[in-house]
Amino acid sequence: MTVAVFSFYLFAVVLITAAVLVITSKNPVHSVLWLIVCFFNAGGLFILLGAEFLAMLLVIVYVGAVAVLFLFVVMMLDIDFATLRRGFLSYLPLGLVVAGVILGEVLFAVGSWVPGRGVMMFDELVSAPDGMTNTQWIGSVLYTRYLFVFQAAGLVLLVSMIGAIVLTHRQRVGTKRQNIGQQVARTPANAVHPAQPGIGQGIDL
Amino acid sequence: MIGLSHYLVVSAALFVLGVLGIFINRKNVIIILMSIELILLAVNINFVAFSAYLHQVHGQIFAMFVLTVAAGEAAIGLAILVIYFRNRGTIAVDDADMMKG
Repeated sequence: MTVAVFSFYLFAVVLITAAVLVITSKNPVHSVLWLIVCFFNAGGLFILLGAEFLAMLLVIVYVGAVAVLFLFVVMMLDIDFATLRRGFLSYLPLGLVVAGVILGEVLFAVGSWVPGRGVMMFDELVSAPDGMTNTQWIGSVLYTRYLFVFQAAGLVLLVSMIGAIVLTHRQRVGTKRQNIGQQVARTPANAVHPAQPGIGQGIDL
Repeated sequence: MIGLSHYLVVSAALFVLGVLGIFINRKNVIIILMSIELILLAVNINFVAFSAYLHQVHGQIFAMFVLTVAAGEAAIGLAILVIYFRNRGTIAVDDADMMKG
């Protein structure tokens, strides 16, 4: 058993186990942590496949951003998770039936699949053509053939960012805020009040 | 020797676990969103596995786009979750019936 085969089975088994724990954990915080384990192991599988750039992207984007976002929300909201878990066992039989049917169908499809005519499948893996790294390979195609799709992906991110801000932003009532326009518009005439009170007299403010 | 079908089986198992997660955690929106992430991860593994065994880079590029959409979807989904919790004080899916759908 070579290192690559061993690594594949290690990553695959840990990935599936962590995925099971994601959906069955009692505590959603544990679910998020198992989700992070899932992403790391999927990244390992990507490295075995020679897609190093995507593996690093997975770790940075999914673990560094998405999973941490989940963690923030889970910990920020004060939720009674016990009531949310009610009905877990009553939904389980139906869920298992549907999952079994889908898994059987997909495995049949994978088992009977053969490459179409003119499609060349390889046995050995290469991460990139000669003299190129995987990142260069992706860049050379992404910024040429897929340039407009790439920009559209950027637009998707922009829209989702604006949407998330618009959805969650709220103006609190009763808070005192700094009004910079008002500050700048102040002149000595309406800010300074010269007074020369006599001895023993006060000032009317 | 690890072939394409090994990766396809792993990704199929991951996909099915995501679907199962949506079924058994029907009330908890957070776990449902995590299950959707699992499903998208399974799709990504498929894309990258085919890309590697076809010696084509296009699968990896599509996996990047899936990653982009997944990140946006998670951000919007969690934002909706936060304002829903702010309004109702709970995140149970059953209570989301104001529109009588």
